[in-house]
Amino acid sequence: MAHFTKATSVKDWLNQRLAIEKVEKVMASEYWIPKNINFLWAMGMVLAITFTLLLVSGIFLLMYYQPDVKDAFYSVNYTIMRDVDFGWLWRHIHGVAASVVFLIIYIHMFTGIYYGSYKKGREMIWISGMLLFVTFSAEAFSGYMLPWGQMSYWAGMVITNIFSLGGLHMDGLVEWIRGDYVPAQAFLTRFFMLHVLLLPLAIMGLIGLHFAALRIPHVNNQDGEEIDFDAESKKYLAGDKAGSKVMRFANDFMSKDMMVVGIYLIFFFYLVFFQYGFALDPVNFDPADGLKTPAHIYPEWYFLWSYEILRPFSVNIGLMAFGFAQVIFMLLPWLDRSPNAVPASRRGAFSIWFWLLLIDMIVLTAMGKLPPEGIFSTIGLVAALAFIVLWIALPFITMNEKKA
Amino acid sequence: MKNKEPLILVVVVAFTLLTYWLVEPFAHSQMHKHVESQNFAYADLAPIIKTGDAANGKALVTGAAACIGCHSIAKDGVPAGMDAVTAAGSYGVNPPDLSNAGALYDPKFLADLIKNPAHALNVAHKFDAAKGQMHPMIAFAGAGGDIDQEVADMVAYLQSIAVKADELTPKMAFEEACGRCHTMKYENWTQLGTKPEFKFEKESLAYDIKVLEYQEALTKYMGKLPPDLSMYFRSRNEHFLSTFIENPQSQLAGTAMPRVGVTAETAHKVIEHMADAGDTKRHERESVGKNVMIFIIIFAIFALLWKKQVWRDLH
Repeated sequence: MAHFTKATSVKDWLNQRLAIEKVEKVMASEYWIPKNINFLWAMGMVLAITFTLLLVSGIFLLMYYQPDVKDAFYSVNYTIMRDVDFGWLWRHIHGVAASVVFLIIYIHMFTGIYYGSYKKGREMIWISGMLLFVTFSAEAFSGYMLPWGQMSYWAGMVITNIFSLGGLHMDGLVEWIRGDYVPAQAFLTRFFMLHVLLLPLAIMGLIGLHFAALRIPHVNNQDGEEIDFDAESKKYLAGDKAGSKVMRFANDFMSKDMMVVGIYLIFFFYLVFFQYGFALDPVNFDPADGLKTPAHIYPEWYFLWSYEILRPFSVNIGLMAFGFAQVIFMLLPWLDRSPNAVPASRRGAFSIWFWLLLIDMIVLTAMGKLPPEGIFSTIGLVAALAFIVLWIALPFITMNEKKA
Repeated sequence: MKNKEPLILVVVVAFTLLTYWLVEPFAHSQMHKHVESQNFAYADLAPIIKTGDAANGKALVTGAAACIGCHSIAKDGVPAGMDAVTAAGSYGVNPPDLSNAGALYDPKFLADLIKNPAHALNVAHKFDAAKGQMHPMIAFAGAGGDIDQEVADMVAYLQSIAVKADELTPKMAFEEACGRCHTMKYENWTQLGTKPEFKFEKESLAYDIKVLEYQEALTKYMGKLPPDLSMYFRSRNEHFLSTFIENPQSQLAGTAMPRVGVTAETAHKVIEHMADAGDTKRHERESVGKNVMIFIIIFAIFALLWKKQVWRDLH
């Protein structure tokens, strides 16, 4: 057993039992971050803040929401939006944050791809990040069911139906997921459970893994420079703060994080109060009606690109393309055969690949929302094919990349 | 080294805005047809040329034209011939009280309605005289004189008894122009009126049964129970509601919903009432929004100053 002495202060008392000084050093003041990084590196903190907003607003909503097909719509649109003081504010924060969190996730992901931050020991960061993307997607989808509006119901119908399509023909699985032949009470209750318990737990666990995966390989930097963190941190601690290539996480980088968070929150709250329509689809303000299919059924914007990969093909090929799109990002660290962990701008063909992928995904996103008619379905088909070709080509164009 | 952050910011913002534009304004412009507002001009209806005489109009409405056979006029002490549920059973929908018709509806519309209801209401497609399908409101064929003069007189009478435009509240406009077909549950509105508070459940259920009976007749007449409008302000946009009220056929061809013929001002009030029901906290949202924005901007300024202070030693 450790030796305890009479504490000289509260801090000392805690220190003897929890080693708070050491924890503070490990987590903040001696967690070393390279200096040559830009504001894109603050997206992690922006995501943490957005997730906190989702969690806190979600707790408030959970106090009034009723997971019952007869009462759900009323509890959201009457109780929360009208009766409860500031219920509308929590709902708008929750709805807008659920949409904006994906914008930040995509920026975060493409930052990682651009700077090669999934290589040379950083593979687990990428994998845990992609697992977070998957769980966030499930969280968003399950949450979208809860208001039990027209889009909740019909998106639930269409997405669960995917398993019954074409050669899969897993009607039993569809019924098992729904707990019924159509989305109904059993469906709503289980998606409610997933949304408020299982998936948030999984997300919090994965966030822990994501942070842990960062410790050993350290944060990447914008020049692809290999930094000797031990030597540079010694230099910093010796007093040469300006000459060192690294800085403390707190308060050095944290102050920049907070600056970016401040600017982000201006944008975020502008959306919450004045421009929320994109995140709270009008169609979902009609109560669910199994006898009235909406003219246009589309997922939220962040799922559109993968939806459009499913849509333009015949059923079986579409399902295969869709499955391909769901897993392919996960394999990026191995599909990229080049050892260069430098920004895309210094990687020749990879740079073209990066911008083509980004533009292709934006095109897919747009076509995923537009009705699949005429020129739009042609563009959608070409973009979906381009997506598959780009990923198949990736190992070949990176294999012969010159050392940067 | 050159600071690349401004360039990166421009790239991130540009791609974000492009994506937003594609999936929101552009996609919606492709998915929904755009219907231009006609500003409630009802250009297809003939204008009233004759100058109406209210006293003569009253004599016609309560006499030869037989309006009060079906319509009540509470303002002038004319009671309804039967209760709402029985009336709906006979006509499909309870005929409106005419007290405020002169304020709610466009005069041209009223004149055309009196002469040819199915035409004014834009529901001629629902009624085929050859098959014995007659609009429940009987057209006025004239009382022996100049029919245009008689109609002008009746419209003048209706206008003379109606509330003044500034006394017509959004709630009244909605209840009188829309409330015999549409419920608004979040405002406690049924087709029979505002549901009273009952002391005993038995009485409350008895009221609900009357509403259900009314709705049964209405459903038979319309083909489908007209939707509850509590959340329509959020599920449709203002432009859609306005152009739909002006002419339902323009947005939803073949719909059983009649053109109700309200004036632009009445339509505006109806939509305001729908906003009161479906977007109750909009004024609070705007005022809280302003304060939050001020707070966050101050926070961002402090964060910026803190960053500058901390980084002074790092360069």
